[in-house]
Parts: sequence; C-alpha cells; structure tokens
Amino acid sequence: MSNIIEIKQLHKSFVSDKGEVEALRDVSLEIEKNDIYGIIGLSGAGKSTLVRCMNLLERPTSGQVIVNGKELTKLSDKQLRSERRKIGMIFQHFNLLMQRSVLDNVAFPLEIAGKSKKEARRKAAEYLDAVGLSEKASAYPAQLSGGQKQRVAIARVLASKPEILLCDEATSALDPQTTKSILSLLKEINEKYGITIVVITHEMSVIQEICKHVAVLEHGKLVESGPTEELFRAPKTVEAKKLVFSGSEHILEMTSERVVRVSFHGVSAYEPTLGNIILETKTPINILYANTSTVNGNAEGEMLLQLPSDNEKADHIIKYFKEKGLNPEEVNASVITAGNTDDN
Amino acid sequence: MQVLSQQEILMIIEGLRDTLIIVGFSTFFGYVLGLPLGIILAVTDKEGIKPNLIIYKTLDLVTNILRSFPFIILLVVLIPVTRAIVGKSYGIGATIVPLVFAAAPFIGRMVESSLKEVDKGTIEAAQSLGAGNGTIIFKVLIAEARTSLLVGATIAFGTILGYSAMAGAVGGGGLGSIAIRYGYNRFQPQILWPSVIILILLVQLFQVIGMRLSKKLDKRKR
Repeated sequence: MSNIIEIKQLHKSFVSDKGEVEALRDVSLEIEKNDIYGIIGLSGAGKSTLVRCMNLLERPTSGQVIVNGKELTKLSDKQLRSERRKIGMIFQHFNLLMQRSVLDNVAFPLEIAGKSKKEARRKAAEYLDAVGLSEKASAYPAQLSGGQKQRVAIARVLASKPEILLCDEATSALDPQTTKSILSLLKEINEKYGITIVVITHEMSVIQEICKHVAVLEHGKLVESGPTEELFRAPKTVEAKKLVFSGSEHILEMTSERVVRVSFHGVSAYEPTLGNIILETKTPINILYANTSTVNGNAEGEMLLQLPSDNEKADHIIKYFKEKGLNPEEVNASVITAGNTDDN
Repeated sequence: MQVLSQQEILMIIEGLRDTLIIVGFSTFFGYVLGLPLGIILAVTDKEGIKPNLIIYKTLDLVTNILRSFPFIILLVVLIPVTRAIVGKSYGIGATIVPLVFAAAPFIGRMVESSLKEVDKGTIEAAQSLGAGNGTIIFKVLIAEARTSLLVGATIAFGTILGYSAMAGAVGGGGLGSIAIRYGYNRFQPQILWPSVIILILLVQLFQVIGMRLSKKLDKRKR
C-alpha cells in the first residue's frame, strides 16, 4: 500500500547533435516500501536514465518523481541534498574515490553528514564489517577486485543510512560468481535494514535471483510490469517474451512446424506431464528449449516444444497442457525474434 | 676560460637566491590567483558541476588574452601596474608582479584540465550521497586530481623559472638577469655558463622532486 517511490508521467529528452532524443516516454510506476524492484531492458531502453531520475542526477523534462512523499523536482538544492542522503546509489563501475583508503571511502558520507573524522572512521569500520571487508580497511580501491569494490560501494551507501538503494547495473561488470554474492548481499540488506532496492539490469538472471517485482522498459516506454513470477510464467508483451526467451534464439531456425511454449511452476514441475502425453499420443515432441529456475524460492520452468505436424494431434496436446495448467501458448518465430526482425 | 673571482661567485650565489625568491613568490601568488581561476573554470564549464555559460566564457576569454600576450610585452605593458603595487619598476619585487600575471592564467588552465580529468562517475557518486558543491570541489575534485595538480605545479615552476630569466632583460633580478647582463651583453662566458647550468640543475631538481612526490601520493596503482 505505502509507495516509497512514485513516478508519474515521466518524460525525458536529450538534445544531441542529431536533434532531440526521447529517452523516456510517459513512464509511470510505483514501488512499494521494502520491495526489491527490477527494471529490465536492453541497452538504450532508457533504464539508466529512469533510475537516475529517481534521485534527480538527471532532471526529467516533465513528470513527477515522488520519493518518500516528497516531489523531488520541487525541492531546493539544499533540500534535495538532504533527501539524496536517504537514496543511496551504486554503480556499474563502482565510482569509489581512488585516492582514499577503503575505510575513508566508507567514512565519506559520514563526513558529508557533518561527523568528525574520528567519529566517521569509527562508524565506517562497522559498515565495512557488515560487508565482510574489515581486513581491507587500509587498502586502496585500486588494490581490490571488482566484487570487493562493489562491497565497499555498498558499505559507503549503508553509512548514509538510506531508505532506498538504487543499483545501476551494479553487477554488470562482475563475473557470474561475484554477481551471485553481491546479489545475496543486496537481498540481505533488504531484509536486515528494510531498505527498498531498485535494480536496473539487462540480465534476466539478476531479476530472477532477487526481484519481487519487475518492470520491462523498451525504447523509453514501460511495456509491462508486475510480480516477477507472473512475468516469467506468462509474459504478456512481445518485449517481455523476448527477454524471457533470451538465449533461445539460436534454435529458432527449426521452428518450421507448430511450436508451443509451456510454463510450469510449483508442484507441476514434478509431474511427468510431458512423458505422459508422449506415451498417450505415441508421437514424438521435440524439446527446443527448456529452462528451470528458482524465482524467489519457487521452482519456475519453461519449455519450447515442437509439436507434430498433424494438426489434430497437436491440438490434442495443447488441450492436455491446458488441463494440466501449463499455460500453453502457440508461438512462432516472428514473435520470438521480434527484436531481430521487426525492430521498430 | 678564466677562473671566477670571489666577487663574481658571490654575485652568482646572490643571483640564485634572488631567482629562488622570485620564482617561489611568483609560483605562490600564481596559485593564489590561478587555483581559484581553474576551479571556477572547471566548475562552470557546461560539463561541470555548476554550469554557468556567462562566467565561463568571460574567464575563458580573459585567460586566453593574458595567455597569448608574449611575456616580454606583458612585462612592459604592466609597468604602471607594477609600479602601483611595489613602488618601482625594477628589481626583485618588480619582477614578481608581471610573472604572477603571466603565470596565473597558465596555472588556471592547468588546474582546470587536472580537475576535468576526475571521473564523472565519482562526482555523481558523491552527488548521490548528498554532497554539496563545496564538498565536491575540495574532497572529490582536488583530492582525486592531486597527482595531476602536482605534476602541473612542477611544470608551472619550470615555466616561471624560464620567464624569470626573461625578466632579467628589463632589469629584473636573479640568475637569468645575470646571464643576460654579464654573460650576453658584456660577453663574459665564465659568468654566462655557470648561471645557465645552475638554472638547468634547478629545473631538473624540481622536476625530480615533483614527480617523486606525485608518484608517492598516487594511490591508483598497485
């Protein structure tokens, strides 16, 4: 019910040499307190611009940005600075102060808040401990790995006691292993400190891993949003499907016949549905693509199945899937490859 | 080559002292004016943290005009100003005034370019933490650019030293002045060369010290 972030009819355009570029077009969204909210889109979709409007690093051309009940665009510089302390942000390239030690990086927001150097350092040590980097206190950022740098950035953000944490492609420069550990740290922060987290990413796996809600952004427009499980189970728009199906493009040449996409979740993942129907119809079904993943602790699976060319049998199989609650959905190459073939 | 007389040796030592005083004060006052100038240029630039086209363009123009004056002309043009400030138009004090005017815009440009090297992402991170412009200038821009600023100071010192020798031509003090008056005008190579060599050594020395210091202060490596 209580929304910590509300974006209303947000527009943002940039003036470049080639004329005006619309980065965001009429974006509206609401983020609840304590949520982990993902915003996904391909590069150039406008997601970074959107998240940077949430702390006014970027000023929207029009529209409202209401954070914690305050309309940010109406605040004075001084008021904005004090609001920004409650909106932390971490970045793809970490953006640490390279000439300051790790400890002094974490102490920086405390210095901004007017604490003495000694007090700031004492507090900073606690936050450094919270991200598991106490032993690196006197090291400099250049001596750390990417994952460690992001941990320092997180400790630095925590030191300003934010209510919101914006993550702008925070794991995009990290390897999969490190990404996982950073994501679980973010999850921990969300639970332990009750910080609302907004995650910007182009990777579906990041959304799957931690986001409770997700919004899909394409060409500056918000095309779909809702709970993460729902988006995975039944993506409504072409853009969302494209993202959910990402990784399956290479097998699309084989879809000359009828192809159906099924998704299953929870208990149905354990039923041999596919085996049963193959035995029943005595027709082979070709598995084009399959993926099982855990979305917020629930098993979610999806498959692309090539059905027999015999329409009667194919219809029968679809009906069977429907009965079993697998949300069968006929797809064709043009839908799945929409991004490649009819890209606006 | 004749051996130097004790008197001549004394003169060269005094010249060295004068040169150090002239260059030291000129660099110092050059930074007193040039550092704020460079900061304002970097901050008010359209990519800066507080863009202001009018301030930027005005300072940009003034800086360019002063920078394009040949130093020897500036020296002469500034004589009334020099007289107003130090009371006379020759000697050590009178050399410092035009040197400061020549050095400040040069230093300003160097400071500007050093500060602009600071990663924009780092500045944004500070902004997102609620840092005001003052904090960003001192704790982010200057702190992060310190290595580059120090390298700039080393270059500025060398340049001012070179200018100070030219000031000798119009009655300034220091080694450069000695080299011109005795070495060149009176054709006394035994005075010319030691003066020049000392100047070379001086530049070397400060270059080495500056580079060592900036390397030591740079925490971006390893």
